[in-house]
Amino acid sequence: MTLVVADAAAVYTLRIADDCLVLSHRLAQWSSYAPTLEDDIALTNIALDLLGQARALYARTAELDGTGRSEDDYAFLRDEREFVNCLLVEQENGDFATTIVRQLLCSTLQLAQWQALTSSSDAQLAAIAAKALKETTYHRDHATDWTLRLGDGTDESHRRMEAALATLWPYTHELFENDDVTRDVVDSGVGADPEPLRIEWDAHVSRVLDEATLVRPDGTWQPAGGRRGLHTEGFGYMLAEMQHLHRSYPGVTW
Amino acid sequence: MTSVDEIRRLAGEVPDPEMPAMTIEDLGILRDVRVDASGGVVVDITPTYSGCPAVEVICADVERSIRARGFRDVTVRVVLSPAWTTDWMTDQGRRKLREYGIAPPRARGADMHVVELAVTCPICDSPHTTEVSHFGSTQCQAVRTCAGCGDTFPHFKEH
Repeated sequence: MTLVVADAAAVYTLRIADDCLVLSHRLAQWSSYAPTLEDDIALTNIALDLLGQARALYARTAELDGTGRSEDDYAFLRDEREFVNCLLVEQENGDFATTIVRQLLCSTLQLAQWQALTSSSDAQLAAIAAKALKETTYHRDHATDWTLRLGDGTDESHRRMEAALATLWPYTHELFENDDVTRDVVDSGVGADPEPLRIEWDAHVSRVLDEATLVRPDGTWQPAGGRRGLHTEGFGYMLAEMQHLHRSYPGVTW
Repeated sequence: MTSVDEIRRLAGEVPDPEMPAMTIEDLGILRDVRVDASGGVVVDITPTYSGCPAVEVICADVERSIRARGFRDVTVRVVLSPAWTTDWMTDQGRRKLREYGIAPPRARGADMHVVELAVTCPICDSPHTTEVSHFGSTQCQAVRTCAGCGDTFPHFKEH
């Protein structure tokens, strides 16, 4: 019985770790390409925070799943089907509007999630959350500011934000998915209940979109599968790029 | 015999690789130093930000510095809890930052609200400064501009 709980906790921390790592890598792809120098620095700073959060979570996952794997094993030596991040974080950067909308949708969830996890029954996860909470507050502020500016900006920026929202919105349903793993970690006090997270996420996202004169898309398409290793097409290409060096030169160090 | 205090001083003098004017004591990231029953030295460091790339360098430097004094058994651990805050930066650290051209983090009250409202320009001391970007050349810095001298400067943001 204890083993089952430990397994669920390990899968749960791995999911959050993969969300952080994949989003980090997507943001890092903006390095030297962002529209302004300030935002080049902002996006890569956020990427670095997320990378640090992922590392701490991989270290905890290795303790929970008992495999003793290293951070590099998780990041570089797993194949696409072994990654359990949600589909939203892996969506391609697109234009700056797409990246900002993705960032608003992701960091709003992450902030609520870290807040809830500060009282996790897993002391190490609670410590990671308390640290990450402060960092993610900046991430959500950044995405919120840009959403307001671009949504309620020029016709062109508004049009791009609407297009980005239409593209990304279907992937938000998966963020609040309930399955055996989430139910188990909620019962054991390790994880956060998706339902209150959804309410908090909804409140912030709706307020920001309203103020930005953007309309919440409706529609019934709800793609999912990331938590079971089923990913969208662009993800494989991203992983190939991310893992290429480590796999081509095993054991390489700086 | 070397006391814990001396090891603490040695560890505390290790400079931050990104801001060499600052020591880890100044930054407030040296959490604990102790010597266990068998003579092993254990040092706890806390990172400023989760992904701070300086942490690994700092840990290696601390270990090297203590080993150089003849200690063979040295362990440097990274501890996350309680999370680091700029409130732990020493007054000396704040002075050094300003001399280095970086506006130090402002003091905060018990409720975490910033007490001092203006971020003063480290170049001309004008209080009329505004934030250009919340993110700067390192995770712990923001970029501000000064209406007094027209220059831009880094601000070690409150965290």
